[in-house]
Amino acid sequence: MTMSKNVKHGLMLCALGLSLAIPGIAVAQDTGAHAAGLTGRAEAGKLDYRRWCVGCHGEEGNGEGNNAQWIDPKPRDFTTALFRWRSTPTGSLPTDQDLYDTITRGVVDTFMPSWRPLTPQERVDLVAYIKTFSTKWQTQKPGTPIAIPPEPPTTIESVLRGRETFDKLQCWKCHGPEGRGDGPSAVTLTDDKGLPIRPYNFHDGTRFRCGETNQDLYKIFMTGLDGTPMPSFVDNLKPEEAWDLVHFLRTLQPHVKSQSRDLWLEYVKTHKDIKPIGADSAGQ
Amino acid sequence: MRIKFGLALVTLILAGSAMLVTGARPAGSGTITGKATFTGTPPKMRPIDMSKEPYCQKLHNPPIKTQDVEAGPGDTLKDVVVYISAGDEGAATPSTPVRFDQKGCEYLPHVLTMEANQPLQIYTDDPVAHNIHPMPKLNEEWNKSQPPGAPPIDVKWDKAEFIPVKCNIHPWMHGYFVVLKTSHYGVTGDDGTYAIKNVPAGKYTLTAWQEHMGTLTQQVTVSGGEAKADFQFHALPY
Repeated sequence: MTMSKNVKHGLMLCALGLSLAIPGIAVAQDTGAHAAGLTGRAEAGKLDYRRWCVGCHGEEGNGEGNNAQWIDPKPRDFTTALFRWRSTPTGSLPTDQDLYDTITRGVVDTFMPSWRPLTPQERVDLVAYIKTFSTKWQTQKPGTPIAIPPEPPTTIESVLRGRETFDKLQCWKCHGPEGRGDGPSAVTLTDDKGLPIRPYNFHDGTRFRCGETNQDLYKIFMTGLDGTPMPSFVDNLKPEEAWDLVHFLRTLQPHVKSQSRDLWLEYVKTHKDIKPIGADSAGQ
Repeated sequence: MRIKFGLALVTLILAGSAMLVTGARPAGSGTITGKATFTGTPPKMRPIDMSKEPYCQKLHNPPIKTQDVEAGPGDTLKDVVVYISAGDEGAATPSTPVRFDQKGCEYLPHVLTMEANQPLQIYTDDPVAHNIHPMPKLNEEWNKSQPPGAPPIDVKWDKAEFIPVKCNIHPWMHGYFVVLKTSHYGVTGDDGTYAIKNVPAGKYTLTAWQEHMGTLTQQVTVSGGEAKADFQFHALPY
């Protein structure tokens, strides 16, 4: 079964010719991925994608796998390169680490499980493969992550300032005056695909979809969640105001033990004349 | 020999692209004018219920209507963008910003036209918070909040595209950023007419776009004076 040198050369040339002739069909290039101190390759990630991800995210990465019709929220469509959980500003690509973190963490309250059972190398290979579904990864660089300065101490003053910000920025229009996700605009919200989407109910869960730390919470409203109605507030908030808001938002979570909530509960015991959120706007 | 040829080619390409960038071409003296009309039954525009935002509701009495199809007397159409889609040589991008306003929970104008890379400034006058959420496919999608008193948002779009924009907080607020590759465009007014000025003599493809009825094209020849190009859309109810 030995091939003559000429035949071999001929075959190689043919292959080369084909690959040059149909550049448009070659879906995308492997731009690689760098996360968790590892380097990922799309070719290596393809196998795992086809085994574990294709059922929901689809062969073409458009979020239309066989299971997608039964799933809500819908699986992410990678062809738009639009991602919610980023460390980068609105309108920019996430970092490889952002995508790696989402795969690792999973998305609470959805069908997306945590993929910790895969090795870190397998996960970073998956990141590289996911990036082949949109050519944006070849033409653009991820945004520069938004800086998160160290968290100042939680005080009742900080909580109260955060409460004013929540009122002033009108977060309650969607999230509701008590953070129950029942503000006046809540029922009309849709995501980019036109599907109804609910604002986060702080009373409900304990975790956010992109993590559970105060830094994660800070990131959510500063970067915004692209593809959803949640905008970025980075141009409207100074870092210290953003931290105040984090401290206030923690008071809305009865199932999460926090210093903010303890301070707030103490405060309301002795202050009966607290101005309700949204009061200024009512009947304006 | 080959090197010489290559150099010549590179020079040619560079010169060509420099011409494009600097817009080295005479400003034309021709004008294209016309009217946009429709036949058929257009969808009915509904009064907008702003009861979820009492401040804005009070400003509009009677309530304003949806603006997907703005029909005028004589079946004319407002907010139709007419532009040269082929044959234009291109010109330098204007540095004058175009202005987009949010006033009383309404987008002014409903359809805003600009050139690729032209600065766009988004203002709010309202004492209620808005979020600006353009949803392009070719350009980058973003979503920014603009609370009362916030400074204008400065932005540019680098690719030509019809970009739907909306406010998620007030879902009736939606409009279009129309980003074009040409400086030769017009938008029809209340009477359905438009005018495209300073067009050099030549043969062009003219496209008219209406957000609900799509696009129409026709060829037009400009030879110094005024050229006419009317567009008749066909309207179907939803």
